[in-house]
Order: sequence, then structure tokens, then C-alpha cells
Amino acid sequence: MDALLRAEHIIKEYANHRALNDVSLEIPEQSIFGLLGPNGAGKTTLIRIINQIIGPDNGEIFLNNEHLKPRHVEQIGYLPEERGLYKKMKVGEQAEYLARLKGLNGFDARKLLKQWFERFDLTPWWNKKVEELSKGMQQKVQFIITVLHKPSLLIFDEPFTGFDPINVNILKEEILKLRHDGATIIFSTHDMASVEELCDHIALINKSEKILEGQVQQIKKQHAGRIYEVELENMKKPLENMLDDRFRLLTSTGTTDSTRARVKILNDTPANDLLQPLLREAQLVAFKELTPSMNDIFIKQVTGRFPAESAETDKQHIKPR
Amino acid sequence: MGKTSTIIKREFLSRVRKRSFVVMTILGPLLMAAIVIVPVVVAQWSDSEYDVAIVDNSDYFVHAFDDRDNVRFTPLGTNIDHALELMHDGRFDAVLHIPEAAFQAPSTLRLFSEKSVNLNARLLIENILKLEFESLKLEHAGIDEEVLRKIETPVNIQAIRIQNDGELITDYPEISMGLGIVSGLLIYIFIFLFGSQVLRGVLEEKTSRIVEIIVSSVRPFQLMIGKIMGVGLVGLTQFLIWVFLTFFIVGIFQFAMPDLFQFTPDERVFISSSQVLSMEEMEQQRELIQQQDTMAGQLLEGLSAINFPVMIVSFIFFFLGGYLLYAALFAAIGSAVDNEADTQQFMLPVTVPLLLAIIMSNLVISNPDGPVAFWLSIIPLTSPVIMMVRIPFGVPYMELMLSGGLLIIGFMATTWLAARIYRTGILMYGKKVNYRELWKWITHA
Repeated sequence: MDALLRAEHIIKEYANHRALNDVSLEIPEQSIFGLLGPNGAGKTTLIRIINQIIGPDNGEIFLNNEHLKPRHVEQIGYLPEERGLYKKMKVGEQAEYLARLKGLNGFDARKLLKQWFERFDLTPWWNKKVEELSKGMQQKVQFIITVLHKPSLLIFDEPFTGFDPINVNILKEEILKLRHDGATIIFSTHDMASVEELCDHIALINKSEKILEGQVQQIKKQHAGRIYEVELENMKKPLENMLDDRFRLLTSTGTTDSTRARVKILNDTPANDLLQPLLREAQLVAFKELTPSMNDIFIKQVTGRFPAESAETDKQHIKPR
Repeated sequence: MGKTSTIIKREFLSRVRKRSFVVMTILGPLLMAAIVIVPVVVAQWSDSEYDVAIVDNSDYFVHAFDDRDNVRFTPLGTNIDHALELMHDGRFDAVLHIPEAAFQAPSTLRLFSEKSVNLNARLLIENILKLEFESLKLEHAGIDEEVLRKIETPVNIQAIRIQNDGELITDYPEISMGLGIVSGLLIYIFIFLFGSQVLRGVLEEKTSRIVEIIVSSVRPFQLMIGKIMGVGLVGLTQFLIWVFLTFFIVGIFQFAMPDLFQFTPDERVFISSSQVLSMEEMEQQRELIQQQDTMAGQLLEGLSAINFPVMIVSFIFFFLGGYLLYAALFAAIGSAVDNEADTQQFMLPVTVPLLLAIIMSNLVISNPDGPVAFWLSIIPLTSPVIMMVRIPFGVPYMELMLSGGLLIIGFMATTWLAARIYRTGILMYGKKVNYRELWKWITHA
């Protein structure tokens, strides 16, 4: 798939620190691209550069293989993390105003807005002032404003904050639908569960540098620690006695009647070799490879180690039976 | 440009539709018209009558008091105590007591009253007594009063200003002073009023965080300029409505009560030095001058001598120029801070030149062509106010053009400066900003 957006060697310096250091990214067309990183890593700076709110000190951005130019703002929809509306202005009027600034004419803007308002049950609020709306409704209005002009690139910065679970689901469906209709989506969030759920690709930025980029499934595979979860029943002897030095037992809970355990396969030993003793000495109920969650990968990449209790935990703590 | 005009339109409409704008727009001209009309009307409408009882023990003066200007005099033959009792019963507002020895000792004269004495009545009484004293003393000294009155020559130099186009107009410095101060003050108020609207608007966008949505669609400069121009148009609209309505209201009054505003355009007789005037002509001149000496007459003549189109056009130019210059600075301040309380530290350098201009305008009217007036009306930070103060006195075209040109350069410079602060400031949250920080924003490309 072609890259819709390509950032090459972006450097941005502020008065006393470097916010982005030689960051390059490729965002495939029609993907949902997770832009991850701890607070202050430089995500917002990168997003602002893509939105041409600020310019990079060095490096270039290409949209559809064209140098990013002012006219491209009309192909981008941006929902900032810190977002607001004019409180005293009427909802419909305000939405139309912001749509006009994105290059729509008044007639088209009103037509599209009416459809979206209908879909989000906002029609009765058209002539109300923004301050009369609940936070959730304001967020909906902002979402509509972001997508109204049918941009080919959408940038959502923490889109789900302020929504209740029902509305989060509605929003997720809308985002998936937008992708289905051809949009490419950059999705910046700290909510790793939604990253797992939505993103095809991710990039992880830490301390102004990109430290990880790729397809979610591949990244997970790369970070898989060859750890398998097994469930056994009617064991003839304790699990640790079944395993030789090609394996290491990480955790184990239960009794000999029923045990659940995590086993790490060391070196290049094939997984099949682990199965043999288990099949011989017990009844195998479940056997599966554990892949790390995006949450674990994020923390590992940023702090240098996996969080405790994660799939990659190396510490042995076998509960005494 | 299309998007900038969309922004201008929103800024303009959102303010013009506010109730406060409508109220101000209607109240403004009513107030201004009232300033013109009320003194004229009040002068005509009589106060209630003021009754003064006179107890003249000397008998010299009592015949001199004729009822005049709503003051009614009643000579009483009784003694002073009885007169005071009558006043206490409410028959009179005041009692004038002229003791027997008043002629020798004028300081023994007394005016009694239960409330504070009506100032008009007191001045009138003093005037009557003064004239009466004089004529009594003249008689005493054996001088014919008739002769003396003829010798008395009122000298009233008419100041004639030769305008740029060679036309001669009568100069009323008082009117020019008043008009200069008023229009200078108006510029000052307008700049502050609409400048702080820009500041609040920028701050609102920043604190409500809508600014980030907008600057992903338009450049920060477009947003800033759009706001400044939108608010400026509001100011201009308000001013034009004010001017139009004020003239309209005053016009209606003039039409409804023409006699109040009666003013014969003055056919000044220019007298060549060789010409000798007959007594009769001299008398005419005197009457004419006396007629014009009345306040209303002078005011009306002075106002008619003012070139209103020039005043209004230059007011609009210097208002817009001054507004644009300061509004850019106000916008920069609004972008640099997080809340209204933090604006104070940056308001000082913006407020000081304007305040200085207002303070100096008193000096400027007393010497409208002096060096202070000249320089303050050339330097762009003070020129909008000071030039408006000077214009009613007449300013050479060259100076007007120089001042105007510098003002245009001045607001372009502040706009450039403000744009550099603005584009960084609007995206900067939660950071206390000082002047050093601002300087970094300006210099950092």
C-alpha cells in the first residue's frame, strides 16, 4: 500500500529543547495509524507540523507524494486533544463557520451538517448556544466539524476523552466507517486498549525520537517472548519436574488436579518439545503462545523493562502448593 | 483572503448582534445630542421663580430692582425682622437687607435665605447694586453719566483665520479647544474600548481552546488580522451611526424649535482703517457684537466655522490608524497570557503612551503649534490622540501627511511584531510569560 503521508527527517527545536529529532514516518493509505508516546514526547509537535500550524526546522512532509502546501489543510481534518468551541455562539452557526474555514461553501456545509446532526441526534440543538450543550454533545459537534469536509487524512488526538462508553463505541464505529470509506487516520492516544482494537500500524515516539514503527501484528510478534500458557489436569508429578533446562517455569497456580502456568521456551527449542513431556505426564487442556499487549510493549520501550505481571515477566514466583 | 473575510464577518456579526452594541449605539447619539441640545433648551426653559424681598433702610436702591430673569423683587416697607418672618412662612425665598449706612459701607449688605442662595439671583443683585453704586458715586462726583457711557468703548478683537484655501473664518479658540479635547478623548476611548475587545476575543479563543481547531484551517496571522479588522469595523460602524444619528437628532430639534437655534450667519463688516464710522454704525456694530456675546450664539457660530467633513474624515483615519496600531499590541498581549489577570503586566507599556497623550493634550490646546504638540502629533504612538486635538486649530497639510504616513508605517510595524508573538502565544498554555520570553518569540524565526 502506498503511503498517504510521509514525514522525512523532521527536526523541530524550541528555544530550549529539541521537540523532534530526526523523525521519519510513513502512514499507509487507508490505515489507522497509532501515534503513541508518553506525555511530552513530541507527538503534539509532530501533529502540529502535519497540520502546518507550525513549520519544521528541518525535514519534509509529503501528502500523496506532494510537498505539504497550505492548500492541503482542506484535505486534513484535525481533532486536537485540548479542544473547545466559542461558548456564546450558536451550534449550527459555529459548525458552519468552522466548515467554511476548511474551504466548504455555506450551502454544502449546511447540507452536510444537517445529515451529521441528524445522525448524532443533535438536530434539536442547532440553534442553541454551545454552552448549553453537555460536554459529550460538544465533543460530538467537534467530531462532526473534524470530518465534515471529507478529508483524506484525519488526525484524532485523544478522541475518546469525555465520552461515555456508549458514545465511545459510536465513535469507534464512525472511525472504522471513515477508514472503510477511504480515509487515512492518525490516532494519538494513551488508551492502549483502543490502539489494540483499532490500529493497523503504530509509531512510538519517546524523548523526541521515534523508537518503534510498524504493523501492530508484526510488532507484537517481534516482542513475543516465546512464553506459552498451559492448562493441565491430573498431573502425575509437579510441573517443574516435567521440564528440563530448555524451559523455564515462570508462574504456576492451582493444584495437581488443575494447574495453569506460564512457561518460557529458552534458546531455539521448538515449541513442540514442550508439548511432549506435558502430554506424557498430564492431561493438556490448553496451550497457547502469549503475545505482549501494546501496553506492555509501550512500557517496555519507554522505560526499558516490561511491567510486573506481564507476559514477559522473567521473575520466578511459583506459588507453593 | 476568502478565509480572512469569513473571519472578519464572524467577528463583526457576533459583536454587532450583541445587545450591548445596540444599546451603546442608540445611547451614544442620544447623549451627544443631549450635550448640544440640553444647554440651549435649559437656557430657554425658565427655572421656577425666585422671590426676593427687599428691605431698604437707606431708600437709595429700592427703585433700581426690576424683575428680571425669573427673579422677582418685592420692596417691603417693614423692618427686617418682619421680613424674615415672612420668609419663614414661605412667602419669599430670600430677603435682601440694605442698611441705612449701606452707601458708605457696602459690606453691610446682607442677603438672607433659608436654603442655599440661588446663585443667579445673587449675581443679578450684585450686578444691579454695583451699577447703582457707580451711578450714585458719579453723581456725587459731579460727572454726567451719559458722557461716561459714551466714552466707554468695548474692545472686542475678532480673530480671523485664513484657511488653507484662502477663505477667511472667524476663529473661536474656545470652540477649537473643546472640540480638540473631545475628539482626542473620543479616539482614546475608542482605542481602549475596541482594543480591549480584541484582547478579550483572542483570550477567549485561547482559553476555550478553539484556536487550535482554527489554526489547523487558517494561518494564525489570518485569524489575528481577521479579528482586528472585524472589531475595527464594529468601531467604525458604531462611530458612523453615532455621527449620523447625532446630526439627525439635532436636526430634528432644529426643525421642531427653529427659534432656539436662531443664528444669523454673521455678515462681518470688515472696516478699512481709513474709514471713519458714524456713531450710528458704531452702535450697530456694538449691538451685533453683544448679540454674539451670548453663549449660545458664540457656540453656534463657532461650530458653524468648524469644517465637519474634514473633522470626520480625519477622525476616521486617525481612529482606524491608532486602533490598528494598538489593537495589534492588544492581540499580542491576549495571546501571550492565560487569563485576564495576567494581562496587567503587559498593559502598562500600551497604556502609558495613550495616557501621556491625554495628559499632554491640555498643553497642546494651549499651544497647538508648539514643539510638544508637533512631535506628539508625529510620533505614531501618540499621534492619533494629539493630532485630533490639533486639527480643529488647523494643521498644515504637510504635517498631516507626515503624521498619517508614519501612523501607517507604525501600525504595520506593530502588526508584524504582534504576529510573531501571537503565533507562538496562542499555542502556549500554562506558562508564565515575561518580557524576555516575548523577546525570544519575536526573534526566534
